[in-house]
Amino acid sequence: MLRNIRYFCREALQSMGRNRLLSLATISTVAICILILGMAVLATLNASHFITRLESDLEIMSYLNKDLTQEQISQIKEELEAIPGVDTVRFVSREEALQYLQDSYGKDRYNLKETMGKNPLPDGYEIKALDPHDVPVIAQQVEQVPGIDRVNYGKEMVHNLFIATRWVRILSLAFIVLLSLGAVFLIATTIRLAIFSRRKEIYLMKLIGSTDWFVRWPFFIEGILLGTMGSLIAILLLAIGYETFIGSIQSVPFVPVLSNRALLLQVYAGLVVIGAVLGVLGTYISLNRFLDV
Amino acid sequence: MLVQFYNVSKVYPKGKALDDVSLKIDRGEFVFLMGPSGAGKSTIIKMMFREEEPTRGQIFIADRSLIRMKPSDVPRVRRGMGIVFQDFKLLERKTVYENVAFAMEVVGKPNRDIRARVPEVLKMVGLQGKENSFPDELSGGEQQRVGIARALANQPLLLIADEPTGNLDLDTSLEILDLLIDINRKGTTVIMATHDRELVKAARKRVILLEKGRVVADYAPGEYLVC
Repeated sequence: MLRNIRYFCREALQSMGRNRLLSLATISTVAICILILGMAVLATLNASHFITRLESDLEIMSYLNKDLTQEQISQIKEELEAIPGVDTVRFVSREEALQYLQDSYGKDRYNLKETMGKNPLPDGYEIKALDPHDVPVIAQQVEQVPGIDRVNYGKEMVHNLFIATRWVRILSLAFIVLLSLGAVFLIATTIRLAIFSRRKEIYLMKLIGSTDWFVRWPFFIEGILLGTMGSLIAILLLAIGYETFIGSIQSVPFVPVLSNRALLLQVYAGLVVIGAVLGVLGTYISLNRFLDV
Repeated sequence: MLVQFYNVSKVYPKGKALDDVSLKIDRGEFVFLMGPSGAGKSTIIKMMFREEEPTRGQIFIADRSLIRMKPSDVPRVRRGMGIVFQDFKLLERKTVYENVAFAMEVVGKPNRDIRARVPEVLKMVGLQGKENSFPDELSGGEQQRVGIARALANQPLLLIADEPTGNLDLDTSLEILDLLIDINRKGTTVIMATHDRELVKAARKRVILLEKGRVVADYAPGEYLVC
């Protein structure tokens, strides 16, 4: 067995050395496929990251009746916290609400306090859910709590956001799957050229009495090596490109980019594995036709 | 019996290649498959090592049916045969030694056996001293000797040669024929397809005559001479 493994590896390396141009073509094909695939994966992860941020920003704003005692206000807080699925409940005083409004209108142009004379806003509670998807249900329960005047959680917006995020996730997954399939066939075509140039050798091996697996192994090893080399080149380019992108985008505020090193490393490692698998899969598809002797 | 064909027919989309062929070849025989091109020689040869399968009929090699055989058992049957081709089918980028060693490597023989066996068969076919030559540095006759050495490397019971002298001149053909007869004398069964009457007459061996996909005559050794 060990003897065979040595033979397979030697054959694979010799074949790569002999068919340098075709090896180079295969490596480039894998590199381009993995680069595009990697960009798609990073774009999807960023979209997903962005969506998660949007979702976690979802909150329920509840406004209190005006004539409540301090005791009643604390009572309401306890009741709100008791609703299942609620993460945090934060008191927003009418002064704070006015200040927020003032800030969002711009400090210099208007002075709301002067314009309106007295503060028309009610006190309220800002409620965050553990799972953003529970927001509509929780909002309904909040409305039932005595002392709550009105509830606002951007009903339409939440609904649309959830539909949009689901589609973004489905579409990007479908895109990645399609891209992978395309990559397999592109790589299979390139590898077919390399195998075609050795069809006489394969034919001889089969007639002399090699098993299919004995013929396959050197080609598989070659496929793994070429696939890995191609994907390593792609990942080098991808990593350099993405780091530059992060570097330039981080100066712009409020655009959340994915910069989690551990996750990125996992993505890169995953892409190397995909490159090797694409190499083997391409070899497998191309080779079977020639083994039929 | 080493080779048995029972009522074997082969129909291609283009037409009938073999029509109800039955034949038996015993261990140790030297047999010519003789006939003009298109008579079905190559089809019979290819069926023996199961590159082709018949449309109808049964084939046994060493009492094992090739028809009912699982694909995974085919390599084992082929290892008992050596095949010699009209166009030699040598690997141009390998030396003479490597071409012969190739046959042993691809069936997983240990290096020790390869180092011992390759010089032995090269001596048998008269190619000592040419180990490091490449095929394109050799004459046609020498190239076919490499082909024969490769076919003998795994010590086959049966040597199958499909028009082995088809690309060679008469003198060289006779040399190759002598070599095959010599190999047969040492115990290997030899089946040789050819359309060369002179060669067949010179050899005085059994001749199975084919025409249009049928066996039209089966001459015992020496009989064909009188035709």
